[in-house]
Amino acid sequence: MSQSTPDKDNQTSGAKKTISLPISRVRLIMKSSPDVSSINQDALFLTTKATELFVQHLALTSFTNSSGGETNTLEYSDLAKTAETIDTFHFLTDILPKKILARDYLKSLEQMQDEDADF
Amino acid sequence: MAERPEDLNLPNAVITRIIKEALPDGVNVSKEARRAISQAASVFVLYATSCANNFAMKAKRKTLNAGDVLAAMEEMEFQRFMEPLREALEVYKKDQKGKKEVSEQKRKDKEKKIDTDSSKCREEEEPEEEEEEQQRMEEEPEEEEEEVEN
Repeated sequence: MSQSTPDKDNQTSGAKKTISLPISRVRLIMKSSPDVSSINQDALFLTTKATELFVQHLALTSFTNSSGGETNTLEYSDLAKTAETIDTFHFLTDILPKKILARDYLKSLEQMQDEDADF
Repeated sequence: MAERPEDLNLPNAVITRIIKEALPDGVNVSKEARRAISQAASVFVLYATSCANNFAMKAKRKTLNAGDVLAAMEEMEFQRFMEPLREALEVYKKDQKGKKEVSEQKRKDKEKKIDTDSSKCREEEEPEEEEEEQQRMEEEPEEEEEEVEN
């Protein structure tokens, strides 16, 4: 259960070091959900920690999946691709929509209209 | 309750640091990507909260607890987070317990001091009291955080 790596041993020095995101802000976000009445301290801590793990996981997954190794930059399109292609990140597709050029959009709109005209 | 929509954002500086730590050295993150990850993190909190709340409701509880959050991670298919989360929670609980013991010990010490102080002369007493006061002030903000339920 508690196999501790050297990295984790350092964290035992204080609760402050185990998480870097502000607990109060995470609580505010959680409470903005109308069904939630109260959250205990452990649940709040775990959600905060999970959010940090999620940020790391999303960033790393998007970076390793990205084709742009030559620029060495994580771009928005890498994140949109992750949301689209990896199941666990599907819930992000609404806030990470794939960007398309206006002319491509107009073209696809035209195509759709053509198809409609066939009927 | 959140007053402004910005209140639901997580602090950019912290998010940026977490991203940097996760990626190999020398990797840049575009401004747009940083903003997107930050928004994704807020959505993740809401999604996790909603899942956890379902578990609490099923069990007819009003307060979300650690088990609900862990169950939510499983449901969201983030099983990979469960082990690190359990470990972090252990450390956190130990710290909280340690803090409580320290403050209890201090209170006991103070009580003892007051008993002995009554036999001491006045000049000696005052500087010590001031020191105690300062220690208490340092402790208080941390203790406030413990009371989340309402």
